[in-house]
Amino acid sequence: MADPKGTTKTGRAPANVYAVVGMFTSPADLYHACEHLRDQGFRDFDAHTPFPVHGLERAMGLKPSPIPWIVLGGGITGLATAVLMQWWMGAIDYPWNISGKPPFALQSSIPIMFELTVLLSAFGAFFGTWALCRLPKPFDPVMQHPSFYRASDDRFFVSVEAKDPKFDVSKVKATLEKLGAQEVTEVSP
Amino acid sequence: MSAAPPENRAAVIPRDVDNTLQTIERPPLVLGKQSFHAVTEAVSDVVERKTPKGWLLLTAIAGFMLMILGGSLTDLVGVGIGEWGLNHPVGWAWDITGFVFWIGIGHAGTLISAILFLFRQKWRTSINRAAEAMTLFAVAAALIYPGFHVGRIWFAYWMLPIPNQMQMWPNFKSPLLWDVFAVSTYGTVSLLFWFLGLVPDLATLRDRSTTKLRKIIYGTLALGWRGSHRHWLTYEKAYLILAGLSTPLVLSVHTIVSFDFAVSILPGWHTTIFPPYFVAGAVFSGFAMVVTLMILVRKAYGLEHLITMRHLENMNKIILATGSLVGYAYGMEFFMAWYSGNIYERFAFINRAFGPYSWAYWTMMTCNVFSPQFFWFRKIRTSIPAMFILSIAVNIGMWFERFVIIATSLHRDFLPSSWGYFRPQLVDFTTFIGTFGLFLTLFLLFIRFLPGIAISEVKGVMPQANPHPEDAHEKEAEAAHG
Repeated sequence: MADPKGTTKTGRAPANVYAVVGMFTSPADLYHACEHLRDQGFRDFDAHTPFPVHGLERAMGLKPSPIPWIVLGGGITGLATAVLMQWWMGAIDYPWNISGKPPFALQSSIPIMFELTVLLSAFGAFFGTWALCRLPKPFDPVMQHPSFYRASDDRFFVSVEAKDPKFDVSKVKATLEKLGAQEVTEVSP
Repeated sequence: MSAAPPENRAAVIPRDVDNTLQTIERPPLVLGKQSFHAVTEAVSDVVERKTPKGWLLLTAIAGFMLMILGGSLTDLVGVGIGEWGLNHPVGWAWDITGFVFWIGIGHAGTLISAILFLFRQKWRTSINRAAEAMTLFAVAAALIYPGFHVGRIWFAYWMLPIPNQMQMWPNFKSPLLWDVFAVSTYGTVSLLFWFLGLVPDLATLRDRSTTKLRKIIYGTLALGWRGSHRHWLTYEKAYLILAGLSTPLVLSVHTIVSFDFAVSILPGWHTTIFPPYFVAGAVFSGFAMVVTLMILVRKAYGLEHLITMRHLENMNKIILATGSLVGYAYGMEFFMAWYSGNIYERFAFINRAFGPYSWAYWTMMTCNVFSPQFFWFRKIRTSIPAMFILSIAVNIGMWFERFVIIATSLHRDFLPSSWGYFRPQLVDFTTFIGTFGLFLTLFLLFIRFLPGIAISEVKGVMPQANPHPEDAHEKEAEAAHG
């Protein structure tokens, strides 16, 4: 995410343009278009596809997702919660003699330690995904492209956002058309 | 439901392609020359077409069964759980049998969605969504039993570590409490995993919506998904991680369910073989249920080109493998009983096979050990009527397995003076029928209103999804495809 202050300072992007969106018919064309944009130095562009096109992150020059770290945080929290809960409830707050077993033992605590580790890791993966994707967000300007409904069906879109330092409406449009994009359209914010 | 779907069925399945044959070239997972759009159409059409009369009829029947559940449980809470036939010495009977039965069925959904995903078994994509839904509904049906077995249902929260009027905490050393954690974690994680997978397909339905109501409902559920690759990147990683978490989770759930028995000191229960044996049995019964449901769904909605014979055959192979594992476990139990030299242990197993419950034991053996052996034959593995009958037989057998383990071990314990015989009562029957009502109602609602096949995942395994078509390897796949 680029610094929002720098978005329209360049003057080459009219304030009423959020992005230029073009449509491709095959994953291969989309892949080449993304490679081209990456090599030209664009950063704030995105692909919109009905299914994950594998390897596209290389063509777009994207870094791996940080989601595993969120999951790790969730897992550690879950494990710590399980240990502390079983120890404090069973051995400190209300010690209870059951068949002479020790009030707290690691062995009998393992099942719940495992389950809570998994539970909170899963929360990390699920809620972390939506947090990193900035979703839910019912409306996004790129959805204004007249054929964008096909992005969840059988077409592949590239959107180049106006906040990119190299953005220039006419040049971006020409580039996308040269790469084989159809219905190259500018969308308003 | 059997109304012939108009377009998408016609002529899409080439007669000459048999994708159950193993060849060097990778056999196609989607039959017929399909475009991405055709997949969207085929799956969305099921949700968008006019409500089929058959669906209404089935839902009415399922709803009726669900009302039986409501009536049974109301009665049960009003009178008390003594109304179930369970009594001393059989303190667990159909209730825990039903609980383990339903939890086990759920396991196939997680196996398909998580374990096959980790093994890169791409054929899972056509069946994982429905199988995961089946998991959720099976867990819901399972939870009815222990929930109501507590008797005073309004105190069910005593199972959770939250402050109560006794100022006591639950007993963390009890496998029954481990079960509370395991099953609730399992249900929650399965729901999150399922919903995460649904989001891109909900976006597809949103984008295809023709009415405002559909747009609002699917639009809300789709969370504004726009197929951004930056999102896919996180999404796919999260999906992989959830699959990695669900895999040990599903093994742990039935392991812990088996601890309910194995941690006790009762002959017939107190055995270390239980965890793997229960997990194998769970996968066995779950796959049988998936086969039963998929045969009906693919037929009713004309999805034979997506849920192909190869999918069914693969599942039948898994049924054969896990059925044989279960058969081995049965044999090993007897060996252990003999080899242990423990007279109580020996008695428990001789009594199991030849005592008052021998009818249940041999029903179990017939359905679970002998019937899946037919799947050694390719003809039977690829015959719809045969696999339909066998898959139902397996589910009957797996219900009996749990019943045999529970009832035969309890009814004759150490003291002959306390021996008895469990007889199910009317409410036992109606509760069990009712849980089927709950399961079927939820499943019918699911196939009516949500995409029953993972649209985006199926597209991802089609040959044209590869961004490098010049790749020779993919050319081969394309050749096999056409």
